[in-house]
Amino acid sequence: MATVVTPRGRQHVDRLDRIWTERPGLLGWLTTTDHKRIGILYFFTALAFFGAGGVEALLIRTQLIGPNNHVLSPAVYDQMFTMHGITMIFLFVIPMTTGAFGNYLLPLMIGARDMAFPRMNALSYWIFLCSGIFMYVALVTGHAPNAGWFDYVPLASKQFDPGTNIDFYGYGLIFNGISSTAAAINFIVTIFKLRAPGMSLNRMPLFCYAFLAVAFALLFALPSLSVATLFLELDRQLGFHFYDAAHGGDPLLWQNLFWIFGHPEVYIIILPAFGIATAIIPTFTHRKMVFFPLVALAEILVAFLGFGVWAHHMFTVGFATLTTVYFAAASLIIVIPSAIQLFAWIATIVTGTPEFKTPMLFIIGFIVYFIIGGLSGITVAAIPFDQQVHDSYYIVAHFHFVIFGAAVFPILGGMYFWFPKVTGRMYHEGIGKLSFWLTFLGTLVTFFPMHIVGLLGMPRRNYTYPPGLGWSVLNFIETLGSYLLAVGLVMIVANLFVSRFRGPLAGNDPFGGDTLEWSTTSPPPAYNYPVIPTVTSPYPMWDSDDRERDNRRLDRGEGLLELGHETPATTVQDAVADEILSMPSHSIWPMAAALTMAGIFAMLLLGHYLIALGFLAAGGLTLIGWHHKGAIA
Amino acid sequence: MGLVLSGCGKQSILSTRSPQAHNIMLLWWWMLAAAVIVFLGAVGLLVLAWFRRGTAGLPFFGERESVPEVMVVLFGVAVPVVALVALFGVSNVYLIKQTSPPDPRTTPMTIDVIGHQWWWEVRYPGTSAVTANEIHIPIDTRVNVVATTADVIHSFWVPALNRKIDMIPGRQNRVLMYASQAGEYRGQCSQFCGLEHAHMSMYVFAQRPAEYRAWLANMASRSRAPTAAAAQAGRALFMSNQCASCHTIAGTPAQGLVGPSLTHLATRTTLASVTIPNTPAELAAWITDPQAIKPGNRMPELGLSRGQVNELVAYLETLR
Repeated sequence: MATVVTPRGRQHVDRLDRIWTERPGLLGWLTTTDHKRIGILYFFTALAFFGAGGVEALLIRTQLIGPNNHVLSPAVYDQMFTMHGITMIFLFVIPMTTGAFGNYLLPLMIGARDMAFPRMNALSYWIFLCSGIFMYVALVTGHAPNAGWFDYVPLASKQFDPGTNIDFYGYGLIFNGISSTAAAINFIVTIFKLRAPGMSLNRMPLFCYAFLAVAFALLFALPSLSVATLFLELDRQLGFHFYDAAHGGDPLLWQNLFWIFGHPEVYIIILPAFGIATAIIPTFTHRKMVFFPLVALAEILVAFLGFGVWAHHMFTVGFATLTTVYFAAASLIIVIPSAIQLFAWIATIVTGTPEFKTPMLFIIGFIVYFIIGGLSGITVAAIPFDQQVHDSYYIVAHFHFVIFGAAVFPILGGMYFWFPKVTGRMYHEGIGKLSFWLTFLGTLVTFFPMHIVGLLGMPRRNYTYPPGLGWSVLNFIETLGSYLLAVGLVMIVANLFVSRFRGPLAGNDPFGGDTLEWSTTSPPPAYNYPVIPTVTSPYPMWDSDDRERDNRRLDRGEGLLELGHETPATTVQDAVADEILSMPSHSIWPMAAALTMAGIFAMLLLGHYLIALGFLAAGGLTLIGWHHKGAIA
Repeated sequence: MGLVLSGCGKQSILSTRSPQAHNIMLLWWWMLAAAVIVFLGAVGLLVLAWFRRGTAGLPFFGERESVPEVMVVLFGVAVPVVALVALFGVSNVYLIKQTSPPDPRTTPMTIDVIGHQWWWEVRYPGTSAVTANEIHIPIDTRVNVVATTADVIHSFWVPALNRKIDMIPGRQNRVLMYASQAGEYRGQCSQFCGLEHAHMSMYVFAQRPAEYRAWLANMASRSRAPTAAAAQAGRALFMSNQCASCHTIAGTPAQGLVGPSLTHLATRTTLASVTIPNTPAELAAWITDPQAIKPGNRMPELGLSRGQVNELVAYLETLR
């Protein structure tokens, strides 16, 4: 049930409004530390990069529509498929799930008023934006990275790729990694310390478990990528030999370091999707998740076990048989927590009374495609089979089913699901369903034939192919599928855009949701909740007694924390109220710090090391400004 | 699916000509069957959910929570564990023995394949036979392929015969090549290696032993000087122009190592790593403008006149 504001409660609400509402206009957005505004900034930026990555994909598919085509030269094609991968992974999916969905929803779901570190949250966004612009300057100037998103050496070494292309990659990813590392720290501390009193760990929504797992995975995976790219740039700029076999180095060091990051990365990509699914399913099936504790445990296990399997991307490099067999065994073990979750979702849908509204349709699509992608993944844990299909379109099919089918579908469903909460208006349901079917069909027609063309021997990353090998018709079909998919995606965005202005008012809780964000207004006020919520289960909105208690407390003026920008901190396990935190409000320092970092990386790229040091000093000054005692009101 | 089921396709993993590739294919069909059963079962449950969307709980079992919980443990843990252990045993304990690098004592023959951007150098140790982009082997013979690289990482893959193996600087990787049937088998580089990765294919010719021996003997021989005038002019052009700085023709001053050996060019069925057929017209087009056919490859435009190109082609056509 929703918050009811009595005339007596109104004075408290007004006071909270005055304390928390941010500056209007552009300056307000540039200096925001409000997790909801940061989430919205992330959303639109990530969406723009999704469009860019999508255009790159359409160009690739158009080049491959027929054999020996001449739409793109090999040099441009190589930049296209490299930027497609980099954009979709680092500039779309991670920022969209962690930055947009995570930032906006996490504090709301745990009953807090903001993230633990609001200014660092803003910093994460500005670094993301700057790192994305950094990468796209490369594309616009014709020097985009061109050795694939996993950038194997020696192809990516100075000898074979002497221009700045790979330097954009190396510096760009280190820069982008700072954003996600800071975000991960923020998520962990927020989830552990800022949950509403009473929300002990076993009463935390499954969405939060997924994001906790993601945050830990990011924290431990990113350093490996940063080390790998640091070594790459040391080799390229200063003549080091980390990856140089002729001087005692090893190209396989790059592969190992990259995939030690790269494999956890794909679980980082998919876990938030699991979290979104576990938020949508209970709502639309009108029942609690089957076997909640096992599902929560499985979410954590997937992230943890994901660190032990990386060399299954390297089954053809010539490791000893025992080594490959170990990694295959570990990869098969990971199937178990994924299967547990899959059957828990299915069991919840079967035993509930599902309503197949648009968000739920996307979750059904997600489940179907997760099964297909998961099954093809299991087949490549059979090492001899992988050693046939590795680096062919069979693998391209596998990862697009799990990344697009299984990670993006919940994002699309989540966009529909939380659209009423964020905007206050309802989307158009009929167009929503149509947009689902077009997207579902487009995905199937684009990616399913890739399994076949891979079995027929078509390698990946080829800018063209000859006729007569059985590949032409399948490629043609795939390209048509990609155009259909594009139409479906545009329809989703158009539906939401038009509904933003013309949709009917949605109210607080149009779907009967189970988590706390549905108790507050749509959109939420700047302070999220007038009363710090009472929580006694993982489905707070279905505990009407608790919600009534909150309404009475608002009337009586209890538990409001209205003396400043305040939110409670609680203990890690049992969420016993611990202290009151004083939160910062609007600040220019996060953007300033991000800009100095952009300067550092730009100067490193151009080889102006002294000026880079200058920007580093400027960065130091912004940190001083940031931490100056008067900064928090 | 028809294409797949008929096993057609010149580079298909489902058109197998060796016991290793054949067993991998069998593994694939079994895995596919199991996957289809799992998929239909899970989707069947979703279809059930659709039909029973107005009623909570399960047919027969009602709303007892223990039943779906048991279902989760059964289908999420128990059944997968059994299936995956079986898969692991069959593929990663048993079959992997056949696809691992062969014990050198079991391979009477070795071939060195060296990956280059964007062509395959093929050497027959113990002989002076050197060729490019075509490998000949005798049928029913276990051949040890030693895969290395001269520059970046490539990957050696002939799907009809066996799994792929990467070619990595500083490493000597090995893979077994065994053909149980005579024929020609297409292969392609399978690790992105730069601009013309898409045009780095090769053919393996499995031949009856007598044919193979004749081929090898010819490969080991040096080129003979041409007799026809045009060909002689072409030879003189080749030696005095840039050609000799990149290409080798055994028995001549041309000892370049940048590009493929041309000693027996006229015996090959294709040019530029299976990019174009090996005919005089295509060869002339290649020499005239290699960048138009394979943009980014290492052979420059030579600025030759049409007459000069024809003389070169006349000479190269004598290199049998």
